[in-house]
Amino acid sequence: MELRIDGTAVARCRELASAVVAPVGVFIGEHSTVSVERAVLRLLGVDGVGSDDIPLPNILVDAVGPGALPEGAALAFGRALAETGLEPQALADAVGSQRVALSAYAHAPEAAARGALAPYVRRGLAQIAQRRARRVELMERLPQQPPPLLYVIVASGNIYEDRSAAVAAAEAGAQIIAVIRSTGQSLLDFVPYGPTTEGFGGTYATQANFKIVREALDEVSEKLGRYVMLTNYASGLCMPEIAAMAALERLDMLLNDSMYGILFRDINMKRTFVDQHFSRMLNAHSGIIINTGEDNYLTTADAVEQAPAVLASQFINEAFAHRAGMPDGQIGLGDAYEIDPDVTDGFLYQVAQAQLARQIFPDAPLKYMPPTKHMTGDVFKGHLIDAMFNLTSVMTHQTIHLCGMLTEAIHTPFLGDRALSIENARYVMNTARSFGDEIEIKPGGKIEARATHVLRQCERLLERVGESGLMAAIESAAFADVSRPPDGGRGFDGVFARSAGYFNPFEEALTAAVR
Amino acid sequence: MSRPIKPYGDTLDDGKVQLSFTLPINWSEAADEAARQLVVKMGFSDVAVVDGRKIATGYSLFVVYASTPQSVDADAIVAPSARSHAMSMEEIDAYVFERLGRKIKIAGACIGTDAHTVGIDAILNMKGYKGDYGLERYRAFETFNLGSQVAVEDFVRIAKQKGVDALLASQVVTQKGSDIKNFTALAELLEAEGLRDRVVLCCGGPRVTNLLAGELGYDAGFGRGTLPSEVAAFVATTLVERAKVRV
Repeated sequence: MELRIDGTAVARCRELASAVVAPVGVFIGEHSTVSVERAVLRLLGVDGVGSDDIPLPNILVDAVGPGALPEGAALAFGRALAETGLEPQALADAVGSQRVALSAYAHAPEAAARGALAPYVRRGLAQIAQRRARRVELMERLPQQPPPLLYVIVASGNIYEDRSAAVAAAEAGAQIIAVIRSTGQSLLDFVPYGPTTEGFGGTYATQANFKIVREALDEVSEKLGRYVMLTNYASGLCMPEIAAMAALERLDMLLNDSMYGILFRDINMKRTFVDQHFSRMLNAHSGIIINTGEDNYLTTADAVEQAPAVLASQFINEAFAHRAGMPDGQIGLGDAYEIDPDVTDGFLYQVAQAQLARQIFPDAPLKYMPPTKHMTGDVFKGHLIDAMFNLTSVMTHQTIHLCGMLTEAIHTPFLGDRALSIENARYVMNTARSFGDEIEIKPGGKIEARATHVLRQCERLLERVGESGLMAAIESAAFADVSRPPDGGRGFDGVFARSAGYFNPFEEALTAAVR
Repeated sequence: MSRPIKPYGDTLDDGKVQLSFTLPINWSEAADEAARQLVVKMGFSDVAVVDGRKIATGYSLFVVYASTPQSVDADAIVAPSARSHAMSMEEIDAYVFERLGRKIKIAGACIGTDAHTVGIDAILNMKGYKGDYGLERYRAFETFNLGSQVAVEDFVRIAKQKGVDALLASQVVTQKGSDIKNFTALAELLEAEGLRDRVVLCCGGPRVTNLLAGELGYDAGFGRGTLPSEVAAFVATTLVERAKVRV
């Protein structure tokens, strides 16, 4: 099936989105954040915690201090590496236990610092490349089943319970497992350390937790003969650090949106834009597929009205991702099946929107999110709505399919809920596998008219955003009816202007690689 | 008058219920029997395991029909609703100005680490819910929507600063009792600050009932499907009643 859509309007939306993000790109190039710098340190090989369980990357960035930070944490760290002859982890431990003060080496020459950093930069990049190569090898040997790839979440708070649930879900047919985070984590300005067994509404994202689930999924992948993917969240205040840790632990996907944190978590927009850029550069290099968060526009406001905002956000996310060097095949643009079930022909609107995205972003691994807003606790009706969502997904060739739970709005899914949800998806997607290829959309009918309307409204929205600039548009509540000021919100104090001599060795290497 | 009732399958008092659950064992005929015996131990009779199957290594799912011998006296059960004051937005606005002679200040927040504002937004945002306008639209309410992940301490501090008449605390995430802990912390802090009696305190969320709210020391609790006008009417009538008592 194919919608007849106005190709000129699509091209115009792309141009508009590109123009919208360009000035933000200039801002990004002139700034960095504490989280970007901590990610650099992690990639150099720094891990672990110091006193009071404060992560060493945080201790080091504090130790660099506001005077030296504008040139980047790497140089201050590199100077101390050169002068002490220590390895990065040993140096970090020494700073953490106050045996070494970075300021003592502030006068070491920059060339020596760069020279001391170089082997560790190469090592960090090589580790990421090695993880990526390993993924390619595994996916060739253990091919996935065709998309929509069934994606389920586990979220017990206890990583060991999550591991059992993840393996059970994989055996039941899940192809992607997301360990959902503890609800407060997006607002923490550090990444917790070590395996964790307590959380609220989810499990803390830590490097140790990543490793535990990755190992279990590798094992079950071998057993099932198909590669099971692992997902987490590069969102909130630590996007770049999570991206670095995910690269090292071979996660396959990360939730990573250019505006979600700003609108829905009140995280400062400048912080978010700078952080998402560097995290996406890392994701591009790691081969990690990002999942953007357009579903949130639909869960917080009316889904019929917000459809143009979803499409506009997809264009903006695509433009930001391209700037960070991501190929289309790694840009998992989001959408969700959230129209009120009482709306007559709501299903037609869902098909229109999903098919529209499919045609506009033909190479993007589109991420389709299930109904949540209108799930009430009536598990029987919920299971039916999920079936309609599953049908829409398979007929419009969505790529990443988050399985809806019949117990949505009741509790974090039980093991049995997840199995029923996967059964539902497998049944519908098998029985209607080729349906979308066998039907034609009525020219000028309701589906096509809806798609045309959404595209036209999206173009208008992008025009308005372009006129004021993205930051001003967000302030004027152009997205999700939420207004955020450019210098307000959480994490703004962690944004700083780069000095003329700023140096981020990974950014430099990855930028060169993209060119 | 006593009126004992039982679940209804297709005949009065047959007591039929459906259950489904997972057991941490591989499926076999013995697993079906284990499920049946478990349901018998729960006190049910006529237990039929109508489906049992493996859903993962070491786990099986069962669907069971059974009869319960238990009944309850429906007439003896009282669960007062906070949603019984049916008034329209216009009626509430008029009522407040006439009886209180001023606007009602109301603050709402998703407290603790909960980031799900869907409930509080449905009640407070101008747009409202199911065609019923939110409190921001009312002339008689001055609304402060503090959004998500608001610490209980911040909620109370802001409420104090603004001099609000009513607080709405929302909790969507209920994992491991986090909602109850947060609701309790809020009620206790208001008490400690000496503010509890000066405000109308309400809680809301998909698992909240008015009965639970009463146990937690709240004036009202609003569960799924609550309309903004129902909350507005409760707050308005409660404040008017209290004003009468003071006079």
